[in-house]
Amino acid sequence: MSTINETRPADALRSGDRQADERASATKPLGGIAGWMDDRLGGAKGVSFLAKKVFPDHWSFMLGEIAMYSMIVCLLTGAFLTFWFVPSASQVVYDGSYVPLQGVTMSDAYRSTLGISFDIRGGLLIRQIHHWAALIFVVSVFVHMARVFFTGAFRKPREINWVFGTILSLLACIEGFAGYSLPDDLLSGTGIRAMNGFIQSAPVIGSYLSYFIFGGAFPGEAIIPRLYSAHVLLIPAILVGLFTAHILLVFLHKHTQFPGPGRTNKNVVGYPLLPVYIAKAGGFFFIVFGVIALISAVVTINPIWAYGPYDPSPITAGSQPDWYMGFADGALRLLPGFLEFETFGFTWSMNIFPGSLVLLPLMWTIIGVYPFVEAWVTGDKREHHLLDRPRNAPTRTAIGIAGISMYVVLFLAAGNDLMAIKLHLSINDITQTLRVLFFVAPPIAFWITKRICLSLQRADRQKVLHGRETGTIWRHADGRFEEIHAPLTPDERWVLVQHEAHEPLELTAGKDANGVDSPIAGKERLRAKFSNFYFRDRVAPATPSELEAAHHEHDDHAAVPDGGHEAIEPAGASQERETIKADKQHG
Amino acid sequence: MNALAARRRHPAAIAVLLLLGLLVTGGAYSFLAPKDANAAAPTAAADDVAQGKDLFIANCATCHGVAAQGTKSGPSLVGVGAASVDFQVGTGRMPLAGPNVQAPQNKVKFDDAQISALAAYVASLGPGPAIPEEKYTTVIEPGTPENNKAIAEGGQIFRVNCAMCHNFAGAGGALTRGKYAPALEGTTPKHIYEAMVTGPQSMPVFNDMNLTPEAKQKVISYLKAQENETNVGGLTLGNLGPVSEGLFAWVFALGILIGCAVWLGKKAA
Repeated sequence: MSTINETRPADALRSGDRQADERASATKPLGGIAGWMDDRLGGAKGVSFLAKKVFPDHWSFMLGEIAMYSMIVCLLTGAFLTFWFVPSASQVVYDGSYVPLQGVTMSDAYRSTLGISFDIRGGLLIRQIHHWAALIFVVSVFVHMARVFFTGAFRKPREINWVFGTILSLLACIEGFAGYSLPDDLLSGTGIRAMNGFIQSAPVIGSYLSYFIFGGAFPGEAIIPRLYSAHVLLIPAILVGLFTAHILLVFLHKHTQFPGPGRTNKNVVGYPLLPVYIAKAGGFFFIVFGVIALISAVVTINPIWAYGPYDPSPITAGSQPDWYMGFADGALRLLPGFLEFETFGFTWSMNIFPGSLVLLPLMWTIIGVYPFVEAWVTGDKREHHLLDRPRNAPTRTAIGIAGISMYVVLFLAAGNDLMAIKLHLSINDITQTLRVLFFVAPPIAFWITKRICLSLQRADRQKVLHGRETGTIWRHADGRFEEIHAPLTPDERWVLVQHEAHEPLELTAGKDANGVDSPIAGKERLRAKFSNFYFRDRVAPATPSELEAAHHEHDDHAAVPDGGHEAIEPAGASQERETIKADKQHG
Repeated sequence: MNALAARRRHPAAIAVLLLLGLLVTGGAYSFLAPKDANAAAPTAAADDVAQGKDLFIANCATCHGVAAQGTKSGPSLVGVGAASVDFQVGTGRMPLAGPNVQAPQNKVKFDDAQISALAAYVASLGPGPAIPEEKYTTVIEPGTPENNKAIAEGGQIFRVNCAMCHNFAGAGGALTRGKYAPALEGTTPKHIYEAMVTGPQSMPVFNDMNLTPEAKQKVISYLKAQENETNVGGLTLGNLGPVSEGLFAWVFALGILIGCAVWLGKKAA
C-alpha cells in the first residue's frame, strides 16, 4: 500500500467521517501543558468527569473530611518523626538537655523521643501535632461514623463502604495504640503491659501467643521494633489503601444528600468539584491543619519526659490509654475479679478476656453487620441516596443511642479514678454504679430516644397540618384568644412530608393449603417479629389529602368575621403565606 | 413593671436570671456559712510543752482524748512524734473540719509558735519521728552535674515508690472508697519529708531504713525541679494523662473543627 496520501474517488464516501474527526479535534480545547499531558497520559476525560462531579453541601458531610485531613497531617508529621526516632529497646544513658532525667538509664527509643522533644528544632511541636492529629483523627472518624449511621447513609448501595469504614475505624484505633506504645515512657510501657495481659488472657494459648508476639518474656527487646514496623509500614499501608477505596466508592456511589425540594434519589444537588468544592475542601484542609497546629502549639500532649522511662516495676496513678482505647480499659475496670478460675491446669482469665479479646472484635463486628441486619428486617432492596432525618427512623436512632450509651459507660469507667478525685466521690461507688448502668442505661436510652423521635415526628406533622406557631396571641372581639399559626412554604413543608414511614411487614409465607408450614415460615416469622419491633410505633407523614382537609377546616374558621387580620401579619410576609388560625378545638 | 415584662423574652433574660440566682445563693452562703471559731490560744506559757498541752486540751482533746490516749473518734497520739503534728496541723488537716473518709488539706489554724508548742507536747508523750533537720529539707538546685544526677535519682525513687498513688507528675490519684493521694504541688519540702516519715492517713511510712534521709531529700528536689520546669509543651491540662487530653480533643478540637465546618458549609459558592 502506498504511503502517499492521494485523493481517490472512493474517499468521498468517507468524507463524513473526516468531518467527524475534525469536529472531535475541534472540541478538544486542551492546549499548553494540559494538552501535552493529555496527549501522553490521556487523563482529560477522567479529570473532566471528576471536575464535574457534584457534591452536596452540609457541614456534617465534612466530618469525614476532618478525618481525612488529620490522617494526612499524621502521615506528614510521622515522616518527620522517623528521621530521629530510634525504634530500639537497647539501654543507653541519657545525656540530653532535660535535667530531671540526666544520667538515667533508658531505652534508645525513649532517649530519641526525648531528643525529638528537647534537642531537635521544632521536634516537640511536630510530635505534638502528630499526637493531637491522631486523637482528632479517631474522634472525627467516630463522629463521621455516627453521622453516617444516624442518617441511614449505610443503606444500599453503600453497605460495602460502611464495612470499609468500620475496618478503617478499627485500624485507626490499632494504629494509634501502636504509636503511643513506641516512645517507651512509663505510660506507654504500661499500655504494652496491658496489651500483654490481653494476649495472655486468651484461653489455653495465651502465654504461647504472648511469647510469640513479644519474642520471649515481657517486655523483651523485640516489641518496640515490631510495633514500629506495624505503626509506620503495615497499618498505614492498609489504612491508606482502604481509605482510597473508601473515597473511590463515594465517587462511584455519588454522595448522599439530605432531603429537600428538588432533591431525589436520582440526582445530587450541590456544587461541582471544580472549582467550588475543590476550593472549599482544599481550604478546609488548611483550616484543619491550622487548628491542629494551634492546639499543638499551646496544649501539651503526652509529656513523655514527665513520665520517665519504662520499667516494669513502677506505675503511675491515672494510667489510661488514649481515649479510643478507653472503652476497653473501662471494660477491664468494670469486670469483677471473681470471674477468673482454674481448670485442667489452665487459668481462665474471664476477668480480662471478655473486656479485651472478645470486646474489640465483637463491637466492630456488630457495627459492621448492622446495615445487613436492617436491610433484612425492612426487606428493602431499593437504592437510597436520600438521607433519613434521624427522627424519621426512630428505632434505628434509638438502637444507635443505646449502643453509644453502652460505649460511653465503658468509656467513663476508664476514668473512674479521675472522676473520684475531681468529683469527691468513692471510686468503688462509681465502679458499682457503672456496672449497673452498663446493663440499665441502654434500654433507658433506647426508650427515651425513640419517644423523642416519635414526638418530633408528631410535632412535624402538626407543623405541616396547622402551620408554624408564631407566638403572636390574638384577641377576638368576643374575648377569645388564639395563637396565630403561619403556614409553611412548600419548600419547608416538603422536608417534613417527603419521608416514608415503614409499616411492619405482614407474614406472607404461612401454611399452605394442606396446613403444612412453608420451609421459610420460621425465618419469616422471626423477620416479622423484628419488623414489628422496628416499625410498630410509627407516625405517618401528613398526606396531601390530610393537608387539604386541614386547610378546609381552617378556611371554615377564617370565614368567621374578624378584624385586624392584616395588621397582625408580620411586615414583609409574603402574600402566599396565608394566616391559619388554630384554637383549642383543633390545636 | 411594664418595662420588666417587655424584656422578659429578651435572649439574655435567662442568663441574667441565672447570674442573679447564683449571686444570691453565693452571697447567702458566704453570709451564713460557719465561721472559724476564734478560740483564743493562751499566749503566755512558760514552756512549749505546757502551752502545747493547753492548746491540745482546747482544740484536740475532743477526739484524741484529754491525755492524747485516743477515743472512738480519733487515734492515740502517743508516739506519733513531732513530725506528725507538724505535718497534720501545719497543712491545716488538723483540727479536722468534720468527719470524713480522709482529712483534707485546709486553712492552717495555728501560727508557727503554736504548732511547735503542740508538736513539743505530743513529742513529750512518747518517742516518735522528730521534725526533720533542715539540711535534708533543703532543695537540691539543678545546675551542677552532681546535683542533676541527684535530682534524676530522686525521680527514679519517686517513680518506684510514690507515682503509683501520687501520679507521675505528683498531680494526685484516687484510692479506694473516696480516699485519695493528694496533689504534691505547692507542698513545702518539710511537709513532704514529714509525710514520708510519718505516713499520714492511707500513706505508708517510708522510714530511714527503706528511704535514707538523703534519698528523701532527692525525691523532694526532684518534685521541686519538676515543678520549676518550664511547661515546654504548653498548657499541661492538669498533668492527668490521656483522660484530660481525650476530653480536650472531644470538646475543644472537635468543637472548633465543627464550628469551621458549619461556617464553611454555610458559605455560598
